[in-house]
Amino acid sequence: MSRIATTFARLQDQGQQAFIPFLMTGDPTLELTKELVLEAERNGADIIELGIPFSNPLADGPTIQRAGKRSLAHRTNLKDIFKLVKEIRTESQIPIVLMGYFNSIFNYGLERLINSCEEVGVDGLIIPDLPMGEDEELRALSNEVDIISLVALNSSPKRIKELAENSQGFIYAVATLGTTGERGEVSKEVKAKVEEIKSLTSTPVAVGFGISKPEHVKEVASFADGAIVGSAIIKRLEDNLELLPESEAEFINSVGEIVSTLTSPLN
Amino acid sequence: MSAELKDNVKGLFGEFGGKYVPELIIPALEELEEAYDKYKDDPEFQEEFNYYLKQYVGRANPLYYAERLTKKLGGAKIYLKREDLNHMGAHKINNALGQVLLAKRMGKKRVIAETGAGQHGVATATVAAMFGMECEIFMGAEDVKRQALNVFRMKLLGAKVTSVTDGTQTLSDAVDAALRNWVERIDDTFYLLGSAVGPHPYPTIVRDFQSMIGEEAKEQILEQEGRLPDYLVACVGGGSNAIGLFYPFVEDKDVKMIGVEAAGLGVDTDKHAATMAKGRKGVIHGFKTYVLQDDNGQIMPVHSISAGLDYPGVGPEHSYLKDIGRAEYVSVTDDEAVNAFQVLCESEGIIPALESSHAIAHVLKLAPELDQDQVIIMNLSGRGDKDVYTLADRLGVEL
Repeated sequence: MSRIATTFARLQDQGQQAFIPFLMTGDPTLELTKELVLEAERNGADIIELGIPFSNPLADGPTIQRAGKRSLAHRTNLKDIFKLVKEIRTESQIPIVLMGYFNSIFNYGLERLINSCEEVGVDGLIIPDLPMGEDEELRALSNEVDIISLVALNSSPKRIKELAENSQGFIYAVATLGTTGERGEVSKEVKAKVEEIKSLTSTPVAVGFGISKPEHVKEVASFADGAIVGSAIIKRLEDNLELLPESEAEFINSVGEIVSTLTSPLN
Repeated sequence: MSAELKDNVKGLFGEFGGKYVPELIIPALEELEEAYDKYKDDPEFQEEFNYYLKQYVGRANPLYYAERLTKKLGGAKIYLKREDLNHMGAHKINNALGQVLLAKRMGKKRVIAETGAGQHGVATATVAAMFGMECEIFMGAEDVKRQALNVFRMKLLGAKVTSVTDGTQTLSDAVDAALRNWVERIDDTFYLLGSAVGPHPYPTIVRDFQSMIGEEAKEQILEQEGRLPDYLVACVGGGSNAIGLFYPFVEDKDVKMIGVEAAGLGVDTDKHAATMAKGRKGVIHGFKTYVLQDDNGQIMPVHSISAGLDYPGVGPEHSYLKDIGRAEYVSVTDDEAVNAFQVLCESEGIIPALESSHAIAHVLKLAPELDQDQVIIMNLSGRGDKDVYTLADRLGVEL
């Protein structure tokens, strides 16, 4: 069983839901990303989503766009990211999924990518611009690495059925009709969509996009198996960048704090 | 091959094209695909499209024999397909009209578009005004500056113009912004894509809605010369005017096809938009094609004096035509384009768009090498009124 499946199984046994924070790799530096991953784990993260920075992040709102820009300022690439995961693996076995756009992966080479993931211990891939219909080649190459499917609020029942049948690791339910970023509330349709998915598969369902407050996490946890938070954490990180380089510990703490606040409804 | 390109279910041109978009956009693409399949061969739709092409756009436009330019160059006979004479002054209106008619049938109330030079934005604002639709145009902040006249025209036509400040603030960023907005407003909004790029079915739709360029040109050259041309030449940014001219000739193997890209300050500098010359295979804006990218697969900033050619990708069908050797792609610099602009002004009394001036620049090189009984058709894709400020600036003239 994969690390992702094991984690969800353990949480389900305990009647709990997964908290999945998103961090942009290399924002602000690779060394700090490692510290932030470990800090997030200490503060209740169950799975970590690490972003691969890309010049044209189609599915991301302004906050994650800025995070990507900060990372690209020092040319973070996939090689760096695999090296980082390898280092993290010496200290932590938390499941790690990479989230990135297809051109980065295509450019690196599909087979090489899967090999690198397996070698260093990346557990899953989320590629928002590689929908069902374009992902066959990657799926065929991958044994150990979960290719995580995204389901949108407007996905047709026929498509959801096919997505559910092919799902690995967990299903990523996109909670907004739009890009990533903080929102006032979780739309009513999300619950119905998650229930529709869950009626078709036993694969866990995690909800992301627009989940930015403890109340959102609580609400999502009442019907889904996990909550994914990106922009709200990046926002906190961004607000505290001025602490660097002098007060590194305080900076890391501040990110730990928001993770802790967001996970509080789950404990 | 033609049949293969025509009935293209997955939107693949060889290995290029496809639908690399977030799941959220899939239903909208499927809806569009279904609507297009339903209407593309529908006689009523075609009749309405042809009616407006004739009565509103002013088609068919002439295939003009540029006699003085021909004599000046002393080689092949040069014919200009006069897309610059269309209503609003460019080929963009053809596709905008086709797509807005599609949007209307799909019950959409709002159209959005990206624009580089502003020509597609103006075309979209025009057809939106004509059919009473709400319209928002996304344009890179840099292009907003370069193309103030077109921005004002769009506003006069009732469109909202949103200046995009991401990235290099040019066409590529405008496409991202428009796609994001489409995702946010997918229910009531039709994305009127302006070039033969983007996820399936756009490259096919745009090609089909521009193919009258080549169809007319074929008929006109047979009438005037009694034979097919030896060469077709067109500028390529995304590649809609070029594919519109090329496509009806793909099966005519003796007709050579040349796409002209923008070399900016030179293809060996870091300021150009020569995707075919310097790009590698990749995925951009929802489709697989040649892409200008760095070693890490990051999309590179592009440059051209012409805002309409400032694009780091190229239509997937062009990538395919290049790979199978059916079309050839060359590039010309800013300087060469500016020179060609002036040559056409002076030799034929036609002020061409800077985009089209790239094609002219290549004709200036090509024609003298050919025999006098050979024939070139060049697509004069737009008129240059919008570019006179850029030209004046370039030539050190204060207006």
